[in-house]
Amino acid sequence: MTIQANRISFRYGDKLVLRDVSFGLTPGCFHALLGPNGAGKSTLFGLLTRLLALQQGDIQLAGKSLKKQPAEAMRRLGVVFQHNALDLDLTVRQNLQYHAALHGLSRGEARARGDRELERFELLDRANDAVRNLNGGHRRRVEIARALLHEPSLLLLDEPTAGLDVASRQALNRHVRALCENEGLAVLWATHLIEEVHEDDRVLILHKGQLLADGAGRAICEAEGTRDLAETFHSLTGAGST
Amino acid sequence: MKVAHYWHCFVGIQAREWLRFWQQRTRFFSALIRPLLWLVVFAAGFRAVLGVSIIPPYQTYITYETYIAPGLCGMIVLFNSMQGALSMVYDRELGSMRVLLMSPLPRPFLLITKLLSMGIVSIGQVYLFLLVARLLDVEPPAWGYLAVLPAVLLVSLMLGAFGLLIATWVKQLENFAGVMNFVIFPMFFLSSALYPLWKMQEASPWLYWLCQFNPFTHAVEAIRFALYLQWNPAAFGITATVTLVLATLATAGFRPQRTRILASRPSSPQAQE
Repeated sequence: MTIQANRISFRYGDKLVLRDVSFGLTPGCFHALLGPNGAGKSTLFGLLTRLLALQQGDIQLAGKSLKKQPAEAMRRLGVVFQHNALDLDLTVRQNLQYHAALHGLSRGEARARGDRELERFELLDRANDAVRNLNGGHRRRVEIARALLHEPSLLLLDEPTAGLDVASRQALNRHVRALCENEGLAVLWATHLIEEVHEDDRVLILHKGQLLADGAGRAICEAEGTRDLAETFHSLTGAGST
Repeated sequence: MKVAHYWHCFVGIQAREWLRFWQQRTRFFSALIRPLLWLVVFAAGFRAVLGVSIIPPYQTYITYETYIAPGLCGMIVLFNSMQGALSMVYDRELGSMRVLLMSPLPRPFLLITKLLSMGIVSIGQVYLFLLVARLLDVEPPAWGYLAVLPAVLLVSLMLGAFGLLIATWVKQLENFAGVMNFVIFPMFFLSSALYPLWKMQEASPWLYWLCQFNPFTHAVEAIRFALYLQWNPAAFGITATVTLVLATLATAGFRPQRTRILASRPSSPQAQE
């Protein structure tokens, strides 16, 4: 298991937003985290990225406890945030170099790894362009390339397609799936868009702070007696799928 | 984590700050307008009103411009540090802060490095201001320009840590106007930046003691004495101690969930910039 979350509960004041959530993520597997707004996805991401401190339970990243060995655990984690976290005025390469430095990489190493990632994402020719001049889809690809610079074993993406057009959304989704397959990365892709999830993906459905389903999409549908994931999602959460 | 990792991280954070600074160089120069207005206009108007006697570190009678120059250096750092600390947790820097906090290096190290990087940009502004002030006959000794460097860096760290602390913990002060009214102006006016404290003592012993308890007073004095190549252990000691306490509190008590760093929606379109 790349990640193992054990009995996580979290409350803001009196309000319980995550209740006893446990799951494991497997290397080389695309995991979709589905949940309507307010399901607790952002809180779960906050905990996985250590922006929120764990209150109950523990999370192990590649065998390292986020509570006890945060540095070791964070080294294995790549994150793409929902909102742009690039410096728009800096170039693509400068953005990558900042991230690499934060992970302790030297300038030379940062450049070599950055170019390798940019090449993979077909963006090497844009390396010296200011991020501001890139379109939404390209910016997202830069963010994924950046998240992979320090060679993590787990990639977290929090609604990465928000604000993108349909074609860019599909392209990004395909890219990440290819990464997963070719690099053996464990991917956790949070979304509320059912069309981004395939039936043979591992699907986790979060609703009102509880994990209602965790398994292969098709198996969940069979267990619920529904035709497809959209119907499953609707029957479990009462929310309309988009 | 090895020392080299810390070093690369330190250099990377500084480099980014300088790149950002270069991108926003017009803002850098416009920020100089404020202290220069004080030096040129305010000081000209007040020099006749305020007689300045011979007080350390000065050895002769000095002009009012000469007196307030170190205080205006403090003012530059005060505005920059507060604005910088606020932007770390509320607007412009949110994205870069998220990336910063994903680093495996310890958070106190990351935050202090970030505050220091903002301090180094403040130093650039202070030197530019001192250069213009020299043209206006504020002429500290040549070595004073070097001696003032650690003092300014220390003060910027102190004020940056203070800014971060209040931006994290005082919900009411999440915009710059609030910070200006309730933090920057009281700190600036209740200090020795614009008038020697003996003047304040004559006017009101209460205000005098408030000034004495204001760390910014000692920060200004540390800058003033360093600029004139004199050692003021009290000013330095108090500034260094307050810096240590505030930096510890600000970094150990830092909670992303108390800021907009975690927020799922940014507060303004600017936040995405």
